[in-house]
Amino acid sequence: MSQPTFEPLADNALLVRFGKIIDAAHNARALDAARQLRERNPSWLRDAVPAYASLAVFFDSGRIDAADPHAFVAAQLRATLRNQETATAPIAKIIDIPVCYEPEMAPDLAEAASELGIAADELIQRHSSASYAVAMIGFAPGFPYLLGLPDSLALPRLTTPRTRVPAGSVAIGGNQTGIYPRESPGGWRLLGRTPLVLFDAARAAPALLTPGDQVRFQRIDTAAFERWLKEP
Amino acid sequence: MKPWQVIAPGALTTVQDRGREGWRHVGVSRAGALDLDAAALANRLLGNDSDAAVLELTLQGPTLKLAQPARIAIVGAAVAATSNGHPLPGQRPLTVPAGELKLGGIREGVRAWLSVAGGFDLPVILGSRSTDLRGGFGGKEGRALRAGDLLPLGKSPPTITAAPQKTAWWIGADDYDCGIAHPLRYVSSGHPAAAALAERAWSVSADANRQGIRLRGQPLPNIPHHNVSEPVAVGCIQLPADGQPIILLADAQTVGGYARLGYVIAADLPRLAQAGPGAVLAFAAVGIDEARRINLQHRHRQARTALAIDRQLARHP
Repeated sequence: MSQPTFEPLADNALLVRFGKIIDAAHNARALDAARQLRERNPSWLRDAVPAYASLAVFFDSGRIDAADPHAFVAAQLRATLRNQETATAPIAKIIDIPVCYEPEMAPDLAEAASELGIAADELIQRHSSASYAVAMIGFAPGFPYLLGLPDSLALPRLTTPRTRVPAGSVAIGGNQTGIYPRESPGGWRLLGRTPLVLFDAARAAPALLTPGDQVRFQRIDTAAFERWLKEP
Repeated sequence: MKPWQVIAPGALTTVQDRGREGWRHVGVSRAGALDLDAAALANRLLGNDSDAAVLELTLQGPTLKLAQPARIAIVGAAVAATSNGHPLPGQRPLTVPAGELKLGGIREGVRAWLSVAGGFDLPVILGSRSTDLRGGFGGKEGRALRAGDLLPLGKSPPTITAAPQKTAWWIGADDYDCGIAHPLRYVSSGHPAAAALAERAWSVSADANRQGIRLRGQPLPNIPHHNVSEPVAVGCIQLPADGQPIILLADAQTVGGYARLGYVIAADLPRLAQAGPGAVLAFAAVGIDEARRINLQHRHRQARTALAIDRQLARHP
């Protein structure tokens, strides 16, 4: 494993970078370091934010008794990362996400299938039979960036982003796939929609998905989608 | 306490406190007052907790209807404020009667913070009453104020007055200039274009908002970047391919794929809150040790101001 690099991200945050590519191994190290920090829960820890190949650690320098808080946190992280050599990864939570791929909820499906040179059903079949890992959450509260999209389904983003993407839209952008938690602008290709609420600030656990979870998409029809909405 | 009624909402008025901590890993921005020091002092002037919710006013403040007298304070840039037509000064405790509280145009900056004794009593969501405009939650229904909104108030001792009352003392207003005489200090990420940030003049583009400030100036070189999204923080300076840097503010998203030039130090973030469209910005690189020293001095100064306020309030409650 390559040596991670450390860089101040802000006066109260340190960035640890494991690599400069989107990679499951780098992501696993970031997720594991974040998990270890959360379990230890030192008084100075404010947040541990994993991303594809990096981790940001936000801290309260008022609770760090050291002249150089960034160096202090870096030293703590080096110790955490040494544990990774021997640690076994915890079993990921698996979350099934129902997705309606019917045309009224999948405005880009037909064109995407034709660009890929496959039938729409084949696209749906490949998208819903893969298993995905939540690499990070960002862009908007609860928006999951998923690893595991089959290479054969990579699609360029729209040249002109939509001003309105409906909440729950399941989309592909480049070689990534994700779900829009809330109506927002967006440039990814919309292949379907889930009736699940990905983020609700009023819930005890506001985000349905957290980094490290495994996701599977389950194809549902419009009638099932409507039922979900009525009785979540 | 009877709620306040919003007669006219102003250009962008939001409920804010110190913001949210600990939810960035699920994509939740910090939100909170763009100038946390000003919001804290506005509360201090009334004896509120430092995290009581205040209103953040932008460019043009709201007009509010008060059902009963209230103690308030306005801190930040200069606001043309009146109570039933009587002008109100900023940066000090005020007692205003029932009736119309009008916060007008904002000068010498673009934002100010209005506190009320007891704070604005809106629901605490994920540890904060702040409005998350992008997430659509917190504050008043996750959005900026609208005409007709009711703003519930926290508990505070009753106040009686028929005309505005002001203290004979006030706290000094900050100098929000970010020009060449008073550059914004940043810690470089070591990016090859980071040093050039300090060598050019920049202005704030028209689309500046609570998420960030886009700069306009002679473009910085477009150096190939890995573009893999990484976490970002308030104050980060991003460099998109067009060479026009973006400085992230409190509502910025939590991850970003642009190259990073570094970050504006904590002590200078309050001045960024006042940098409206067209404002001229200059930058100066500082080492991380110097940044710590400046931030510490800044916190000490804030603490001295807070203590001076407490002494004045004890003498003339």
